[in-house]
Amino acid sequence: MNLSIVLEAMWTLPKGLILTATLTTVSLLMGFALSIPLAMARSSRNKYLSAAVLAYTYAFRGTPMLVQLFLIYYGVGQLEIVRQSFLWPIMREPLWCALIAFTLNCAAHTTEILHGGIRAVPTGQREAAKALGLTRLQTMRLIIFPLAMRIALPAYSNDAIGMLKASSLASTITLLEITGLSRQLVSETFAPYEVFLVAGTLYLLLTLAMTRLFQMVEARWAIADQRVSQANKRAAAGAVPNPGSA
Amino acid sequence: MIQSQYYFQFLDGIENVFIVFCVSCLLGTALGLLVAIIKTSARGLAYALASAYTTAIRGIPELLIILIVYFGGTLAVSAVVGRYVEVDAMTAGVVALTVVFGAYAAEAFRGAINAIPRGQSEAAMSLGLNRWQRWCLIVIPQMVPIALPAFGNICISLIKDTSLISVVGLVDIMRVANVGAGSLRAPLSFYLAASAIYLVLTSLTLLSFRLLENRASMRRVRG
Repeated sequence: MNLSIVLEAMWTLPKGLILTATLTTVSLLMGFALSIPLAMARSSRNKYLSAAVLAYTYAFRGTPMLVQLFLIYYGVGQLEIVRQSFLWPIMREPLWCALIAFTLNCAAHTTEILHGGIRAVPTGQREAAKALGLTRLQTMRLIIFPLAMRIALPAYSNDAIGMLKASSLASTITLLEITGLSRQLVSETFAPYEVFLVAGTLYLLLTLAMTRLFQMVEARWAIADQRVSQANKRAAAGAVPNPGSA
Repeated sequence: MIQSQYYFQFLDGIENVFIVFCVSCLLGTALGLLVAIIKTSARGLAYALASAYTTAIRGIPELLIILIVYFGGTLAVSAVVGRYVEVDAMTAGVVALTVVFGAYAAEAFRGAINAIPRGQSEAAMSLGLNRWQRWCLIVIPQMVPIALPAFGNICISLIKDTSLISVVGLVDIMRVANVGAGSLRAPLSFYLAASAIYLVLTSLTLLSFRLLENRASMRRVRG
């Protein structure tokens, strides 16, 4: 162990944090936004619509992210149509390609997770919403989706951490996030232990922070659930329900 | 678009992926089982070490672990031998993916072990079975059907993770696609071909695990 290299790595590598965090959060947010309509289509009664979404998620979940990244960065960029279109300024930038590949991959995973959540919502909820005269969109927005989110949260948090780790692949298309910077530093110093130790610690801290964040959301939602069920119990026992004091 | 020589190269790539997959899966399962047993039955230092292992490995990108084993291994072997020796990409990849697979498998096995009612283990104890017999005859056989779906997912991840070893130079499907894409200037067709091969491999794995799960669940119902 060479302490001066450890210190140098501790000085250099956090500069990649911003890019790692940007890649992770932007892909997660865009993937999530994409996955909501996709999950609804996937859970719809229309067989063809559901099958079309399944084909997309199956292809993206069944192939390595590295292949998808190269396919978009090298493959799509090769096409003359793309090169001459307005898309070229975007498709020649590795950052944009990484974001597109990560978003598509992330959306595929999240769609299946949300689909699982939607399917796990008890039918009684759907029937009750229908009995109350809610429209299909209202039922989805107010009843099914909030419940599905709670059911899907543990799986989603695993997936979000997977996305953080997958962002390291951006280093293979010249982006200098944490892994990219550490590979550069290793080739300069040839001190893999020191540099990768610091990089690994950074990733571990990020993973732990994300786990903690999701645990907090889960706990919050669990409390909200408890309040509802307590209020229901009291109402059933004949007491006056008072949600404010619970 | 793709010349015939590349078909053979892709076959070589598939062979290497198959070797890496089989070895890492076997060694990783053994490692995962050991760690799961430690995490469910041991206390103190052994438990802390097992927990640190699963937490750390599952929190670090697979690519970084492969790079650590490859470059770190090269440095270590060179220091021992006394001259510069580069570690074989296959060996480094197998070691790295075994470590990764073991960590995920350990968590899957631990969950399954915890799902078995305690009474099973206690009944075995009251019948006079020793610790070894309890694990091998009572706990592990009941754990397998519960752990199977999660285990299948980890296997599929393993197939996809093998593509990362191409970064340190293993001639796998991804590497062949890279070389072909560069020399024939046809990245789109080569990466599409690679995607198709990976999709077939993961689909086959998925299918075989579905069949296994069906068998296992039937056996469980029959009792």
